[in-house]
Amino acid sequence: MIEHLPILIPLTLLMGALLTPLAGALRRSFAYPAALVSILAACGLSFLGLHQVLVRGTMRYHLGGWVPPIGIEYVLDPLASFMTVVILTVGALVFVHSRDVVQNELPEKMVPFFSVSLLLLTGFCGIVLTGDLFNLYVFLEISSLAAYALIAVGEKPSPVAAFRYLLVGTIGASFFLLGLGFLYMITGSLNIADVADILPSVVSEPPVVVGLVLIVTGLAIKMALFPMHGWLPDAYTYAPSAGSALIAPIGTKIGAYVLIRILFYLFDPNYSRLQLPLTSIVIWLSIAGILFGSIMAMAQKELKRMLAYSSVAQIGYIGLGIGLANPLGLVGAVLHTLNHAFMKGGLFLVVGNLRTRLGHSTIPLFDQTLRKAMPWTMASYSLMALSMVGIPPTAGFFSKWYLVLAAIEDSNWTAVGMILLSSLLTAVYFFRVLERVYVRNSSSTGESGEGMNPRETMPSDVESMEVNASMLVPTLVIGGGLVVLGLLNTVIVTEVLMRVIPPGL
Amino acid sequence: MVEYIANYSAYWLIFLLTITGLYGMLVKKNLVKKLIGMTIFQTSVIMFFVASASKWNATIPVVDPNIGSAATSLYINPLPHTLMLTAIVVGVATIGLAFALLMKIYHQYHTLDEPQLLERMR
Amino acid sequence: MAELYTSYIPFFAVAISLLAVPFILLSSRKRNLREFWTIIASLGKFGLVLSLLPDALAHRVAQVELLQISPGIGLALRADPLGVFFALIASGLWVFTSFYSIGYMRGLAEHKQTRYFASFAVCLSATMGIAFSANILTFLTFYEMLTLATYPLVIHKETPEAISAGRKYLLYTLSAGVLLIGATAWTYNVAGSLDFRAGGLLNDVSLPAGTATGLFILFLCGVGVKAAIMPLHSWLPTAMAAPTPVSALLHAVAVVKAGVFGVMRVVGFVFGPNVMIAFGLNDLLGILAGLTIVVASLLALREDNLKRRLAYSTVGHLSYIVLGAALLSPSGFTGGLMHIATHATMKITLFFCAGAIYVNVHKENISELDGIGKAMPWTMGAFTVGAIGLAGVPPVNGFVSKWFLGAGTLESGNVGALLILLVSGLLNAGYFFPIIHKAFFKNSTRFEKYGEASKLMVLPLVATAILSVLFGLWPNLFLRLYDLSTSIAMSVLGGTAR
Repeated sequence: MIEHLPILIPLTLLMGALLTPLAGALRRSFAYPAALVSILAACGLSFLGLHQVLVRGTMRYHLGGWVPPIGIEYVLDPLASFMTVVILTVGALVFVHSRDVVQNELPEKMVPFFSVSLLLLTGFCGIVLTGDLFNLYVFLEISSLAAYALIAVGEKPSPVAAFRYLLVGTIGASFFLLGLGFLYMITGSLNIADVADILPSVVSEPPVVVGLVLIVTGLAIKMALFPMHGWLPDAYTYAPSAGSALIAPIGTKIGAYVLIRILFYLFDPNYSRLQLPLTSIVIWLSIAGILFGSIMAMAQKELKRMLAYSSVAQIGYIGLGIGLANPLGLVGAVLHTLNHAFMKGGLFLVVGNLRTRLGHSTIPLFDQTLRKAMPWTMASYSLMALSMVGIPPTAGFFSKWYLVLAAIEDSNWTAVGMILLSSLLTAVYFFRVLERVYVRNSSSTGESGEGMNPRETMPSDVESMEVNASMLVPTLVIGGGLVVLGLLNTVIVTEVLMRVIPPGL
Repeated sequence: MVEYIANYSAYWLIFLLTITGLYGMLVKKNLVKKLIGMTIFQTSVIMFFVASASKWNATIPVVDPNIGSAATSLYINPLPHTLMLTAIVVGVATIGLAFALLMKIYHQYHTLDEPQLLERMR
Repeated sequence: MAELYTSYIPFFAVAISLLAVPFILLSSRKRNLREFWTIIASLGKFGLVLSLLPDALAHRVAQVELLQISPGIGLALRADPLGVFFALIASGLWVFTSFYSIGYMRGLAEHKQTRYFASFAVCLSATMGIAFSANILTFLTFYEMLTLATYPLVIHKETPEAISAGRKYLLYTLSAGVLLIGATAWTYNVAGSLDFRAGGLLNDVSLPAGTATGLFILFLCGVGVKAAIMPLHSWLPTAMAAPTPVSALLHAVAVVKAGVFGVMRVVGFVFGPNVMIAFGLNDLLGILAGLTIVVASLLALREDNLKRRLAYSTVGHLSYIVLGAALLSPSGFTGGLMHIATHATMKITLFFCAGAIYVNVHKENISELDGIGKAMPWTMGAFTVGAIGLAGVPPVNGFVSKWFLGAGTLESGNVGALLILLVSGLLNAGYFFPIIHKAFFKNSTRFEKYGEASKLMVLPLVATAILSVLFGLWPNLFLRLYDLSTSIAMSVLGGTAR
């Protein structure tokens, strides 16, 4: 069974996606357990996969017994196994959390929601695991289609947001496909390993350059790299809470993952870095994105929208790490993929909790009662906020730490300054919320008074509105997990990420 | 120069299609027209793959007893065609989903004209 | 060279108050129990730190690496003499502050006392962590923790004024933290290590002038905000919106001292005297410190609010310590270190007095304190001791540290610095003596109906005043702080030309 792992992971999810509606047709209440079982199984398999890769090295699986480059191959290498673990762990936590959220927001669409969610994850895992470029495109489209559908069932404007995302996403995917065409014209192969072998001899051919540029452009759209992020804020804001909790942490990272694959595995890292100014363009776009996203996030009134803009900024960090194209940068980028997946996932779970209990997530309406009403949710939020800002020893600090080290090694002082500056901006927009929840009394704002004792106006008998365990536990797990991840980051870096660095770097 | 253009005439046409599609998506105000633009754009990519597979003096990739299976240069490359079958399927799914979204938008806002839509979304 | 051995005592010293936090939170409704935990934790912490003292004096350094937080860099604690020195002062004064806080918080029937005591405990853990940090990354971790744990204390009153003070505080300190991250990363890039080392981690590294200066400025901004070096000081007077025990411990002992402690670490253990002198960084630091001393003292003259005057006085005195470090001479360094201790005991006394006055008679402005000395003789007596000590009058301990600082200026032949010390001594007298004069020699009937403040407040403040005098007479009393300081100064400056 072990040798079938690379295919088993997406297959389990795909089967889950098919079984969920069947189980739902049998009896509606069967659908959710079916979906949960399949994602938990896939998650377990992904951990097994990571373990196997660390023990035995990269695993290759030939689909249908066809040997590549003729057949399609699935590759479970350190990077891929790491990414599947991240995707499926976040996915599983969101699944556990979303039963009540979906029940609350989309009572009619419980069955299709989980089925499509599993399809989304199938797409993600397929992208990560496949060793074939065209197969990658197909999975990219599977996940995108599922994402459009998930977004479209949200609030009233969500179909419009989904439609825009669909147009933009299709352009991105088509660019990717077009670039693939150019590469195929020259190399005559679609297997990543095979193409990587052929490319060095043909790398100066114009179609290769055109192809690479098209692919990177397409991926930049998919990963919402500034200024190609326009689809993201609306899509994340209007999607149902459970949908955005699933798409936001992982969706854009997948684009980043493919970018890493293309720039550092398919092409020789030194080619991507030295022959073309591509990586420096990525750096500058990322820097602009970090600044833009952070500033826009500060101006938002809706928590979800704020988080969406913050995602634009955070994807900039990952882009920056990729663009710096040195080992530390890559470690930083991949580690930030993990950290940000957890942080953003957790923050969207908090949004889900708020929306379930309060019915909104509008920042100006938050006040001190929240602290009493939902103490654990808000405590998790605080931890996540600290991690987003990058306060040691939370996880968020360490990915920034590696990125800063990488930027200094590259003598890119603008990047160093920007990473640091954006930490402050992040602090501003997260503490804005914390201050409302923990400090400011909504009724006493504006009034001054040295002698006035705010205790009097503080309603002390707010009844607890904390969400139930199935929602609270995943939130707390992520909140606490951020500290654990931060403290254990060395283990992750030395055991896994050091093996991710491709030989050319 | 003329020769150069003539040699790649198929690609120029495809390029024209790509531009047409992008133009439709970016400039047209009506969402359905945007979708039409997207379809043209996708089709141009498909055409690109098909065109890249063609060769002069070669035949379809079905073994011809007169040629035999060894002389691969006399057959056109079948792989891009098969790839494009999948791409077409993906495209169809996208369009189907897009139409579903458009219907939902129309039910909610009673318009598919973008400026009007933006106004009603406020 | 110091001998290293593994011991978990530094870790326990850091952790004990953190462990107390859940107990404090859980017993939020039983205030006696809650405060019992605080007292236990503070005494326990002081005891643990004290147990490290003999080894530190004997050049045996306890250290422990908890885990790796970045490949090659551990979350490591090390009880070297400088760390023990700072930890002793902070934990020792926490004991006094704990008792005082109880009196103060109950006296005013303050709200959210649980949050207050819990944050306080976290602050102390962070301060211990800063003291015992073995490398810059660990230092940074605790430094940020201190920043965040202090925030709830600064905004404790939750008035709009306190909230805006809190914002300003966060803006300054988080910016500083961010710059410190940059500096840390850059150091790692240059030196390949982040371990603090007496004489300088960068001592053996050949640095281009631009890198050295840039790095130093980054570090200086990073730790200088908490050390309130001008022009980075303006959060400190604003943060006086906090309750007085907070101002007392955190803004006279823990937070700002963490800043100057950071300066000491940076000067003595990151750059080291050779590098400092080679790039003229000591002059830069000295000039900044000198300016801060004079300007802050002048600004203090102008303030009518007692706590704000004390705050500016703090700004000035912190720069004494920075100046001591910048002199890079054995006596100067010793003096700077001693001033960490002496200023702490004196300033905490003064803040305790200000708080006692506020709780008792609800007055904050100096102009309203005519005749208070008759109503609160013990409090104002203690205040007088602290004030003359800060002005440098023997036998209070402020004299001792100033004496060494003065000797240091002569050792390094820096007459300008000596002049600054003398002028500032006069200015100190200028802004403190009017208060004493008003308190004892102006007659007013305003305070006739008031007596002394509650015992829980008066006892700690009298105790710290007595301590100030005792340490002034015998600097080596109890804690052998003088021996510690000289041994630190020798270890840092041992290998230099001066």
